[in-house]
Amino acid sequence: MSMEQKELTQTPLLKIWVPGMGSSLGQRRGSSRPQFTNCPTMIVMVGLPARGKTYISKKLTRYLNWIGVPTQVFNLGQYRREVVQTYKNYEFFRPDNEEAMKIRRACASNALKDIANYFTKEQGQVAVFDATNTTRERRGVIISFAKEKGYKVFFIESVCDDPEIIEENIMQVKLSSPDYENYDKEEALVDFLKRIDCYKMSYVPLDEEKDRHLSFIKIFNVGSRYLVNRVQDHIQSRIVYYLMNIHVTPRSIYLSRHGESELNLLGRIGGDTGLSSQGQKYAKALAEFIRGQSIKDLKVWTSHMKRTIQTAEALGVPYEQWKALNEIDAGVCEELTYEEIQATHPEEFALRDQDKYRYRYPKGESYEDLVHRLEPVIMELERQENVLVICHQAVMRCLLAYFLDKTADDLPYLKCPLHTVLKLTPLAYGCKVESFYLNIQAVNTHRDRPTNVNVARKPEEALQTVPEHL
Amino acid sequence: MSSTEDVIMAIPRELTQNPLRKIWMPCKNGLPEKHISQKRVCMTNCPTLIVTVGLPARGKTYISKKLTRYLNWIGVPTKEFNVGQYRRECVKIYKSFEFFRPDNEEGLKIRKQCALAALNDVRQYLSVEGGQVAVFDATNTTRERRATIVRFAEQNGYKVFFVESVCEDPNVIAENIVQVKLGSPDYTDCNTEEAIQDFMKRIKCYENSYQPLDENLDRELSYIKIMNVGQRYLVNRVLDHIQSRIVYYLMNIHITPRSIYLCRHGESDFNVRGCIGGDTGLSPRGKEFAQCLGRFIQDQNIKDLKVWTSQMKRTIQTAEALGVPYEQWKALNEIDAGVCEEMMYEEIQEHYPLEFALRDQDKYRYRYPKGESYEDLVQRLEPVIMELERQENVLVICHQAVMRCLLAYFLDKSAEELPYLKCPLHTVLKLTPVAYGCKVESIYLNVEAVNTHRDKPENVDISRLPEEALLTVPAHY
Repeated sequence: MSMEQKELTQTPLLKIWVPGMGSSLGQRRGSSRPQFTNCPTMIVMVGLPARGKTYISKKLTRYLNWIGVPTQVFNLGQYRREVVQTYKNYEFFRPDNEEAMKIRRACASNALKDIANYFTKEQGQVAVFDATNTTRERRGVIISFAKEKGYKVFFIESVCDDPEIIEENIMQVKLSSPDYENYDKEEALVDFLKRIDCYKMSYVPLDEEKDRHLSFIKIFNVGSRYLVNRVQDHIQSRIVYYLMNIHVTPRSIYLSRHGESELNLLGRIGGDTGLSSQGQKYAKALAEFIRGQSIKDLKVWTSHMKRTIQTAEALGVPYEQWKALNEIDAGVCEELTYEEIQATHPEEFALRDQDKYRYRYPKGESYEDLVHRLEPVIMELERQENVLVICHQAVMRCLLAYFLDKTADDLPYLKCPLHTVLKLTPLAYGCKVESFYLNIQAVNTHRDRPTNVNVARKPEEALQTVPEHL
Repeated sequence: MSSTEDVIMAIPRELTQNPLRKIWMPCKNGLPEKHISQKRVCMTNCPTLIVTVGLPARGKTYISKKLTRYLNWIGVPTKEFNVGQYRRECVKIYKSFEFFRPDNEEGLKIRKQCALAALNDVRQYLSVEGGQVAVFDATNTTRERRATIVRFAEQNGYKVFFVESVCEDPNVIAENIVQVKLGSPDYTDCNTEEAIQDFMKRIKCYENSYQPLDENLDRELSYIKIMNVGQRYLVNRVLDHIQSRIVYYLMNIHITPRSIYLCRHGESDFNVRGCIGGDTGLSPRGKEFAQCLGRFIQDQNIKDLKVWTSQMKRTIQTAEALGVPYEQWKALNEIDAGVCEEMMYEEIQEHYPLEFALRDQDKYRYRYPKGESYEDLVQRLEPVIMELERQENVLVICHQAVMRCLLAYFLDKSAEELPYLKCPLHTVLKLTPVAYGCKVESIYLNVEAVNTHRDKPENVDISRLPEEALLTVPAHY
């Protein structure tokens, strides 16, 4: 029996080869998205209050979304705050508080319902259930729920006995919680510690023996030790790897583009030219700025392209070249101006404006490809402490989107002007951003999305938002 | 600020692009200056000593060899030092398990000497020969022995990472013994029954003094404890990037029997014309191959086969003929030949004779202008290898350079051999893990195709004549 071989066509936006006229996507046998998992996964946090569960939940969710796995956090505390409008004190969490117990169980049930909805109606792939889940009974409920629905379950337990770490946690994120709006710091701390005590009596940690059939990772003392049990699939393996690489040591990440390049001046994209005279001035200014910041053990990373390396050279310190940090490959459009692209590839130019994140240049890359390429860079940035990354516009947008939790739609339009350093410092659940313009003039290379993205548009409409150049 | 404390303004050095690797490097008077670090996987300043721990038949040597193969493939110079081999060199003939009895004074003396000899060679490799990772493969079951090793490492400035394998499943242990112990030089003159019996007694000799790595007593050490062949892991104090990568790798490998099938797309239109790269479709013979491949796969009756392709038309066309779902990986795309894309070798020689010669001088590290090198390919393919390790039965339909890289990983080929591995069209390689290595079966599906393999010509000098350069170009239409 011979298989009839359908002709293949290349989809215009993603540049993916598909059988037939490209319309019947449903019949496609070839998936071009990496298959992380076949069925939805529930990640279930476990641990006493102030053990970093919400920190881990948010960070993990940010990472998974960035690499293209639709993920959402379901924080039980938030459900509770919606039901019990005003928090009085720790007594709500006393194990003998029947009424509160009822409310808390109802909240958990609602959260699970929302999770089911997220998977079935919203195409979610991973749901992070952020709650204490400290009893075997509660975990049993979750496991039954998941089994019934056909979801995989992966537990993440954070165990910590260091009172300093716990107090630091409380200071960083609990005192500013809506629960403690009307408390002063001292009182809040006292109340929260009593809250933790309410859970301690009934806390049953995941057990190597009794829970040996479950899939989980136990994190001890903020990462000095891990116990990993029964990793089932690719996504769980990636999650474990990620969790084992993150840390909470204070540090800052500096992101900057190379100094203005010769091609920047001419309004041309891509290529591998050197710095313009303004660009060279910037490199010197960057060196001064870095010295002024007095950064401990700073690592400096560049791409393999001349302009980032030239910029780094001015710093007079060792640096590491990463090919993965190279600018997006514009394929056949390399070294063209936007005007030339419009003239020679008007359809491509329009498609790019329609979906700038997924659009792949002919014989080139898309932002989506870039994110995939940059994943090892992000992983290493997580491992490192103080780092200065000297890179390129599209690359910097991708890295920034990771740190600031920007969506795929926002990412390609993030503003990353030349001659500006962004200093990112992790803070509470997010990232503080400070922007330093080093006062060296440069061209603007940011092209906004024009109003008309239709293939039939006029050249003027397409070129409306092209920034000025020589 | 005092005038004597002048701020040293760095004068940016001129940059020059290394002609082979296309890496921008600072230079003085036109000559490359002190090497600026390229992103090397092993971002550690000092060498690492990996130390296995565990009773006999727990997979220590399996892990050592596999890990060494992986690290070398990703570019981290690694070597394993198996103490058992040192012992065999010292004690020419193995008599029986009695050698390993804990009360055998003479045996103990010899074994200690062997361990020290191995450590000496480790020092030679790491401190003198430029090795980056050494895998010290022995039982190392006592705290005392491990302390000796830690002291040795401290003296020499090496980081230590322990890999302990703990297994109580008698089936797994029995299978181990059958797979790798019976064929050991120690048991050449024994029959199977005798060998198994002796080996079990050998294990017993270690059991009494075995002190596994302990969560409390050893909490300052860096280690991974692997329990029951990967069902559970305990990871303690991962210090740096390379240890993190090692942990990730160890947590992804498994020993479930399976096979990996590697093949190239069917013959393409460009293949027929002798052009490299591009994104063309299959020739008529290529289409025939795709059909044959479909039949071959069906006949093999493979359980739960996954099929992977690149995102290039020719591999996808090939997969389409199989009539099963497949996954497209951009990482499996053929090596990017940059400015030489879609050229024939004759054209490359005509337009870029210098590049053509440089490529022949060092095919592994040579990067096409605006393109890639084999070295870049390996880095690009690392996530594919990682996922192949996780998976079971997989068919990878890819390209010549890509297939060479994957094959080199499975068959432990060096960077020098890799770019010249033979991966002809219309031939499926079936790789099946066996003992410490990989069995290869080559199945030619009997559909004619052009040869695309270009051997290294004799003259690789840039001053060579065109004929000398084109000597080994395979025939094409």
